[in-house]
Amino acid sequence: MNKTRLIARLEVKNNYLVKGIQLEGLRKLGDPHTFAKEYYEAGIDEILYLDIVASLYNRNNLSDIVRRTTDDVFIPMTVGGGLRSVQDVQKILQQGADKVAINTAAIKDPHIITEVAEAYGSQCMVLSIQAKRRQNGNGWEAYYDNGREHSGLDVVEWAKRGVELGAGEILLMSVDCEGLGRGMDRELIEQVSSVVNVPVIAAGGAGSVDDVVNAVSDGASAVSLSSLLHYKKIGVAELKQQLAARGVEVRL
Amino acid sequence: MKRITIIDHGLSNLLSVQRAFEHFGAEVEITSGPAAIEQAEALVLPGVGAFRDGMANLRKYGLIEPIRNKVAEGVPMLGICLGMQMLFDESEEFGRWEGLGLIPGRVVKIPSEDLNGRPQRVPQVGWNSLFPVKGKKDFEGSILCSVAPGKEVYFVHSYEVKPADPADRLADASFGGRSICAAAQHGNVVGCQFHPEKSGRVGLSIIQQFLLQTE
Repeated sequence: MNKTRLIARLEVKNNYLVKGIQLEGLRKLGDPHTFAKEYYEAGIDEILYLDIVASLYNRNNLSDIVRRTTDDVFIPMTVGGGLRSVQDVQKILQQGADKVAINTAAIKDPHIITEVAEAYGSQCMVLSIQAKRRQNGNGWEAYYDNGREHSGLDVVEWAKRGVELGAGEILLMSVDCEGLGRGMDRELIEQVSSVVNVPVIAAGGAGSVDDVVNAVSDGASAVSLSSLLHYKKIGVAELKQQLAARGVEVRL
Repeated sequence: MKRITIIDHGLSNLLSVQRAFEHFGAEVEITSGPAAIEQAEALVLPGVGAFRDGMANLRKYGLIEPIRNKVAEGVPMLGICLGMQMLFDESEEFGRWEGLGLIPGRVVKIPSEDLNGRPQRVPQVGWNSLFPVKGKKDFEGSILCSVAPGKEVYFVHSYEVKPADPADRLADASFGGRSICAAAQHGNVVGCQFHPEKSGRVGLSIIQQFLLQTE
């Protein structure tokens, strides 16, 4: 059966790898391609590039970075941020992306999910969801424009609908946990994984081997990592060894 | 090292495939014209998408006969993912469609239930292990010879190939309790259901072996 995937999430602003806390207070870390190459060589399973200011400016600026990455990174690459149409998707696939992650455009017009799935297959269409817990304790609400705007959509319902429309994977980020490295939103992962029959990529808050083990036991097929890797709290190879020792099936 | 001619039928991750060959210093040309195929020294047929559309484009560009002729001359050919499926006789994807007929066999949908009758997620997307076929203990003598049994490669597919002759099966992968044909070879034609260009070092070693075998 398929192995649990570890995905390096590289958030990009103006050609720099950046990292924030709860998507705010961004720090510049360096050249995204350099980081992607390092993670690839250390054994990461997939690269996820997100242009985190793109949807504010209605454009994705990752073409050059994606194209350069195909020179020396030979694993699947997902690209998101500011993709608004099938034409935008086609352009980024031609630059070497294998899948696209779409949040804002899907919330504004859910038909794009079906259009992309019909044109390139559902395996290419990753629905990206930014979830914030509702203050009243009543589940989670989906946010867009990199966590700035709220949609009114219930996350669990939106995930279900997205899959019905053709999404082949759900990139599920907890904005509340993001960047803190103090654990993931386990309830969120569990609830969304139990209602969709496509892989769920858990994102936001992974700070230890335990957090990854928990996300997998809660139903995640893949875990997206950023601070944990960018700040070198643990290397990819060591992380995988420890996961394997804990019974998580990973590619070694 | 021979020049690698990558066939562009409009449904491919061409750049990634091109880069994987260039990684080993290969001279790569990308073409959708019959003339270039008639001059080819080694052919690569990639593909991501629907069988029907891929074959329709090969027909529209007038590439089917030139490809068959080159293979009959003994030119090495590698099919990847949809490109592998197109090497077979026919597919049941959206009806019944004729393929290139270079490896005897058919392309069928992956069952939506596993061996125990439980629903399973199709397409298969992700990293899965390669195993030698029954009666073999490794991949000796093929382009997979550098791959240790059990090593993982990256798959994305909803359909699987069923070679007519078991001897054409090169490698299997286990999905939902069943064996799926992961690679097949018939003479100078070889196909990988997975994406060697997206399978890290293991995948690159397969690309390298294909290049070595074209020498």
